[in-house]
Amino acid sequence: MSSSDEHMNLLYRQIIMDHYQHPRNKGLTGAPDYYTVHLKNPSCGDDLSVQVKLEGDRVADVRHIGDGCSICCSSSSMMSELLKGETVEQALATIASFKHMASAEPYDADLLKEAVSLHGVAQLPARVKCATLAWIAAETAIRRDEEQARQPAATSTPSQPTGQDETRTS
Amino acid sequence: MNEDKLKEILTCKSIDPAVRNDFPMLAVKSHGQPFAYLNNAATSLKPRPVLEAMSRYYQEYGSSVFRGVDSIAYKATQAFEATRYKVKDFIGAKQPESIVFTSGATAGLNLVCHSFAAPLLQPGDELVVGATEHHANYVPWQQLCKQKRARLVLAPNNERGEVTPELLASVMTDKTRLVAVCHMSNVMGAVNDLKALAEIAHRHGAYLVADGAQGIVHERPDVAGWDVDFYAFSAHKIYGPTGVGVLYGKYDLLESMPPMIYGGEMIDVVDVADTTFRDPPYRFEGGTPPIAEVIGLGAALDYINSLGYCCMQQKTLQLCKRVVRGLQQNPNVEIYNPDNYFSGIVSFNVKGVHPHDAASIYDREGIQVRAGHHCAQPAMRWLHQSATLRASFAFYNNEEEADRLVTATKKAGDFLDVFF
Repeated sequence: MSSSDEHMNLLYRQIIMDHYQHPRNKGLTGAPDYYTVHLKNPSCGDDLSVQVKLEGDRVADVRHIGDGCSICCSSSSMMSELLKGETVEQALATIASFKHMASAEPYDADLLKEAVSLHGVAQLPARVKCATLAWIAAETAIRRDEEQARQPAATSTPSQPTGQDETRTS
Repeated sequence: MNEDKLKEILTCKSIDPAVRNDFPMLAVKSHGQPFAYLNNAATSLKPRPVLEAMSRYYQEYGSSVFRGVDSIAYKATQAFEATRYKVKDFIGAKQPESIVFTSGATAGLNLVCHSFAAPLLQPGDELVVGATEHHANYVPWQQLCKQKRARLVLAPNNERGEVTPELLASVMTDKTRLVAVCHMSNVMGAVNDLKALAEIAHRHGAYLVADGAQGIVHERPDVAGWDVDFYAFSAHKIYGPTGVGVLYGKYDLLESMPPMIYGGEMIDVVDVADTTFRDPPYRFEGGTPPIAEVIGLGAALDYINSLGYCCMQQKTLQLCKRVVRGLQQNPNVEIYNPDNYFSGIVSFNVKGVHPHDAASIYDREGIQVRAGHHCAQPAMRWLHQSATLRASFAFYNNEEEADRLVTATKKAGDFLDVFF
């Protein structure tokens, strides 16, 4: 390994540990205009909730909270920081790119910024799901929130309040 | 465990280290190192006699059981039924008809739940379940109580993780119909005194169902002597194949139970509009059974009998103690069951390191442990942990493997190394 590779790896480790120990956008809100998705890895116990607020075609805010390993938690923090402020189209492209990286497929590193630090999970198939959980949750939240926004108010189910919670296992 | 039992274990003949040659998996390499398999509470490795018995069936007399009149089919039936007798003797049952072959402990417990407990339970009745049971001995009862509008009552554990007779007695009422507890906890390694618990259950007119999946690995059950009503276990945890297990039931109780799976070989007379069923255990064994697996289970029981429980218990206990002592030297390690050596199970966490992160370090070192909730989320809540690490030893493990675990644990903080 060249010294520049070593330098980059040290930097990536610092990024991961920084997000693990000092997560950004952590904590859920009770505000009604957020869409919440709760995902779990039942096999290992990772448990994550992601909230997304859309304003027009923009991801106005992303919140998250969870219990999991360093990869799951740091990935969730990086995801929240990256997607916040992107358009829905950009955000979905970023999510796709992250999933490609984690599966060792070609990906657009420019879209992922700091999240490229997690590229090493591709070498550990057993840990890929730790890294992708937050991104899958965000994608689900964005798509569902969009669907909901597209539905005319008259056809929405009255018993379902906005800011609904969706619990699924991945 | 009482002092006499402990003394017996510590003074019996030690296991021959050559026993390792019986297990092909112990020759496997992982990440360039000898594979250290320390996840025996999940499933055990299989000795050659088991693999050979199964292979012999497939290669020399591989035909179905009960159906043929020819000599090869007869041989298969004989080998299959021989296991039923071996199980009967092994667990101390009174009659072979009390031995039902299932797909595993989970299927056995579900059979009791649906066929025996469901017709028994009335709204308002109570069903007692151990507070830290494996999901297989928790979720069926929880769901049944929901369906029947019965009350699910948790039997508390003491600090070692045991449901003591006193603790069980404290939750029994005249409404309790059934008690479901494990022989040994798969997280805490605590052993329950099933004889004492069965006596308490019976005194209240309730039945006792035991999940023996973990317990039978470490202690020979005595189902008739203990007077338990049902006892379920899986072959794969006691050095036998996957896909087969046993439900022991008192015969009169089995006789009272309707079949749950309809099909071939479980019927008596099939008329146009109705069917009569065979007597237990065949009533519960519809369809072609896992023949090779049942034969493999028989070989596994023969193998255990040839070694004897005592030397297996001694080795497991010594290794467990060695690892607990070693881990206790590490100020970052928190052990949740420091006194349950008999189980070969050590449940622990490394401070500041998530169990999955630590597990990747063990993997890099060629060691397999379990990280997660161990199919026992109620036990995790009881420990106030979302997940733990669990190392679990068998008699074929050795001191070197135990020490590798202790050494690797010191490196757990370097968990990001595996990604770069």
